[in-house]
Amino acid sequence: MTRKNMILTLLVGIYFGIVLIKSQVISWFQINDMFYFKDPYMYLVICSAIAVGMVSVFLIRHFEARTIEGAPIVIKQRPFHPGNVIGGTIFGMGWAITGACPGPIYALVGAGNFLMVITFIGAMTGMYLYAFFQSRLPHTEWVRLKPGSTGAG
Amino acid sequence: MLEWLLEPWPWYVSGPLIGLTVPILLLLTGRNFGISSSLRHLGAACLPNSKLPYLSKNYNWRDHIGSLIFVLGVLIGGFVGNFLLSAEPGSFLPAFYASPLGVVGLFVGGILIGFGTRYAGGCTSGHTIMGISALNVSSLVATIFFFVGGLISTWFVLPLFLP
Repeated sequence: MTRKNMILTLLVGIYFGIVLIKSQVISWFQINDMFYFKDPYMYLVICSAIAVGMVSVFLIRHFEARTIEGAPIVIKQRPFHPGNVIGGTIFGMGWAITGACPGPIYALVGAGNFLMVITFIGAMTGMYLYAFFQSRLPHTEWVRLKPGSTGAG
Repeated sequence: MLEWLLEPWPWYVSGPLIGLTVPILLLLTGRNFGISSSLRHLGAACLPNSKLPYLSKNYNWRDHIGSLIFVLGVLIGGFVGNFLLSAEPGSFLPAFYASPLGVVGLFVGGILIGFGTRYAGGCTSGHTIMGISALNVSSLVATIFFFVGGLISTWFVLPLFLP
């Protein structure tokens, strides 16, 4: 990793942290309103974020864009296995209880919400539990995906 | 202009700016957007003698130092957003969570987040934003179940212990 790459990574992280705070998506109240269907705000944020992300990824793939350092851009395919369902549900339960997903945990600690340190320690514990039980959990891939071959979203 | 900056941003500003993280990160650094993998890399860095394959086999956290730099940035961004770019710093949790029961909820919730995101292979960043943008079916499925879990907690678990 080059020094330039490290600095740029840090700067984009700072950008994302600022956006998380200013968009209020790190607020427990917003998450609660979303799951009670009281307020369309979170749905509009998530859908517009995906729309912008999707167009961006399409353009990057279409023009085979490279990084500013000239490296090819590789977009990861994520395996489709029972963890998406089981792990996804478990994560969703934690998300609604704490009002935070992993990004907001970091942003909230930075924003001085130090109670989130407890959630962070919990998340590290949960990660360790996954590492411990990984070999006993089902991971059989359901479908092998070709890049860009799906109609998701 | 400045006053507008200091207020919470409307969805049509926030959403696109969150989505723009995907191409900005790819074009500037070549990184796929995602947060929860940082938990693994931090764990591996803290437990260098672990025998668990997830934290040691064919895997060196130093290859993923960028993930840790990125989340350090998110933490700094949280500070900047709340203390330098807000009219008044906000608190984003109900006061209830400062109680013993609330702390237990935050810890148990954290365990569910850590375990769930690692088993699912991503979180709302890696799956919902990055994965769906890249048209991954697995990410769409994971996102649907994030919402299933969230609805279960909100409607059936939170009412048990929220005052």
